[in-house]
Amino acid sequence: MTVPTKTPTTKELVSASISGKKTDVVGAVVAFVLLLSIFVSLGILVTLLADMLIKGWSVFADRGFDFVTSPLSPDPARAGVSQGIFGSVILMVFVVVVAFPLGVGAAIYLEEYAQDTRLTRFIVANMRNLAGVPSIVYGLLGFAVFVQLLSGITNGRTLISGGLTLAVLVLPIMMITASEALRAVPEALRQASYGVGATKWETIRHHVLPVALPAILTGSVLTIARAFGESAPLLLAGAVLSNFFSAPAGTGFVTHVTEGDYTALPIVVFNWARQPQKEFVAITAAGIVVLLVLLLLVNGAAIYIRDRASRK
Amino acid sequence: MTTAALNLSGDPKRKRRERRVRTVFQAAAVFSVVVSAAIVLSLIGRAIGYLLEIDLSQLWADGWFPRRGRFDLRTIVWHTLVVSAIAMLVATPLGLGASMYLSEYASPRARRILKPIIEVLAGIPSVVLGFFALKFITPNVLSTFFPGTQQSNLLAAGIGVGILIIPLVASVSEDAMRAVPSSLREASYGLGAQKWRTSLSVVFPAALSGIVASLILGLSRAIGETMVVAIAAGATGGSLLQVNPLNGGQTMTGAMASLAIGSDQVVGEAGTFDSLFFVGLLLFFMTLGLNIMSERFVKRFRQRY
Repeated sequence: MTVPTKTPTTKELVSASISGKKTDVVGAVVAFVLLLSIFVSLGILVTLLADMLIKGWSVFADRGFDFVTSPLSPDPARAGVSQGIFGSVILMVFVVVVAFPLGVGAAIYLEEYAQDTRLTRFIVANMRNLAGVPSIVYGLLGFAVFVQLLSGITNGRTLISGGLTLAVLVLPIMMITASEALRAVPEALRQASYGVGATKWETIRHHVLPVALPAILTGSVLTIARAFGESAPLLLAGAVLSNFFSAPAGTGFVTHVTEGDYTALPIVVFNWARQPQKEFVAITAAGIVVLLVLLLLVNGAAIYIRDRASRK
Repeated sequence: MTTAALNLSGDPKRKRRERRVRTVFQAAAVFSVVVSAAIVLSLIGRAIGYLLEIDLSQLWADGWFPRRGRFDLRTIVWHTLVVSAIAMLVATPLGLGASMYLSEYASPRARRILKPIIEVLAGIPSVVLGFFALKFITPNVLSTFFPGTQQSNLLAAGIGVGILIIPLVASVSEDAMRAVPSSLREASYGLGAQKWRTSLSVVFPAALSGIVASLILGLSRAIGETMVVAIAAGATGGSLLQVNPLNGGQTMTGAMASLAIGSDQVVGEAGTFDSLFFVGLLLFFMTLGLNIMSERFVKRFRQRY
C-alpha cells in the first residue's frame, strides 16, 4: 500500500492482504513520479519568486519607497511605478463598475429567468467561447471600437478606452463565475420563498443573492486580479509604451482620467523588460515584485471574503 | 372573507416591476452576444480591407517583415506551432502528473495545501513569466545546456508559455478524474489491482475525454498567449522562417504585439498595420475551433457519467 490511512477501509484491507507484505515497487515509483510533477511546478514557482526578489532587491534597498512613488523616467535610477499603479487602479475601477453589474445581471438572467430556448443556449455557448478568445484579440476590439469608433466618448487613447476593453475582456469570466455561484444555491430556498407568495425578483433579491453573494464576490475579485495582470489588450487599447509621459498640464484628476495618456503596471514592466540596458533589469524585477505584492493583496481579499462567509 | 372574493391576479405594480427587472437582466445577457458580434465585425472588416490592399502573393513572401510588405504566413504560423508544441511538452506531463496526484493519491489534507499552490501559479501574470523566460530560463538554464542559444529564442518562450498553462491543464483534468465514479475504482480493487494500476488503467482511460479536453484548452491558450512570446522570443521587427528553437522568431501573437507597440508610428508598405487584424482574425478562428473541440470532449464525458 502506498497511502496508509488511520482507519483502513474494506477495500484497503483486502488489497493489503492480497499484495501481502511485499513492497510494491512500481506503485512507489508511480506515486513518486506524480508527486515529483507537483514539486517541479512548485520549484518553478519558488525559483521565479526568488529570482525576482534577488534581481529587484537592490532597487528597494537603495531607494526604498521612492521607487513606488516616482513617475516613469528614461533614467533607470530615477524611474518608478507610480503612474503604472495609478493607471492600473483606475482600470480596475472601470472593470468593477462596468463588468461586475453586467456579468452578474447576465448570470441572473441565465440561471434564474431563462428557459431552455435556442437563444439561451446560444448565449451560453457564446459566453464559453468568449472566455477562450485570446486577450490580444480583445485588444483589437478595444482599438477598433473604443479608441477609434467611439473616440467622441472615450477621447481615443485614454483610461476610458483601456478600462472598457478590460471590462469587456473579463465579462464572460464574470458571467461564468456568477452563474456557478447562483447554481449552487439550493432550489428549496426558492420554492420556500415562492410558497410564501414572493415574486421571482423578490425571491432573487432577498433569498438567492444573499446566499450566492460570497461566492460571487470571491469569483469577481479573482477575475479582477486577472485583469490587473493583463497587458496584451492594453498594448492596442492605447496604453503609452515609453519611458516618459506627463499628465495634461495644470489639470485635475478627472481630466487626467478622461483625456490624459495612461499606462498600467504590467505595461510598465513590459516596457522595461524590453529595454536593452542592464540597469533596467533590476527595476523590471522590482516592478514585478510590486505587481505580485498587489496581486497577493487582491487574492488575499478574496480568501478573506470566502473565509468570513463560510464562518457564518 | 371567502376565497372567492380574493383577487389572486396580483398587484399590477408588482407585476410591472417584475417585467422591468427581467428585461434589464435579459439585456445584460444579450450584451455578451453584442460583444462577440463586435469582435467579429471589427476583425473581419479590416482583415478584408487588408487582403484587398495587398497583393496576395505577399502572404507567401520571404519572411514576416510587415513594414517591408512581406507577410509570410508560414513564418508566423510555424513559429506559433513550435512555441505551442514546446509549451505542451512542458505542460502535459507536469499538468497531468499533478492532476493525477491530487485526484488519486493526495490525502484531503495534502490536497488542501497543494491545490492552492497550483492556483497561485495560475495567478502569475504573463509579463512576469516572459521576463523570467528572458532573464532566467535563457541565460541560467538554456545557455548552460545549449551554448549556442540566442538571447531571444523560441525555446525559452515555449517553456514560459508551458509553465503558464500547467495550472489550466491540471485543474481541468483533475476535475475529469474526480468525476470518475468510485465504483469503477472499487471494481478494479476487487479484481486485485493495485492503486497505481487502478489509477493508470482504470481512472485515466475513464477520464480520457476530459483529459483530452484539458490539453486542447491548454493548446488554445498557448496559441493565444502574447506577452511571454513578445518578451522572450524577440518581437521586434520581423523574422525569417527558421526551424531552430534556439533562435528567435515571431509567432502570430508576437507579430501582433510587435505591430501594436508601434501602432501610432507604423509606417511602411500598404496594409502594414491592417495585417494586425488579419492575423487577429486567423488567431480568433484557430482558438475558437480548438475551444469548440474541447467542449465536445467535455460533453462526451459528462454524458457517460
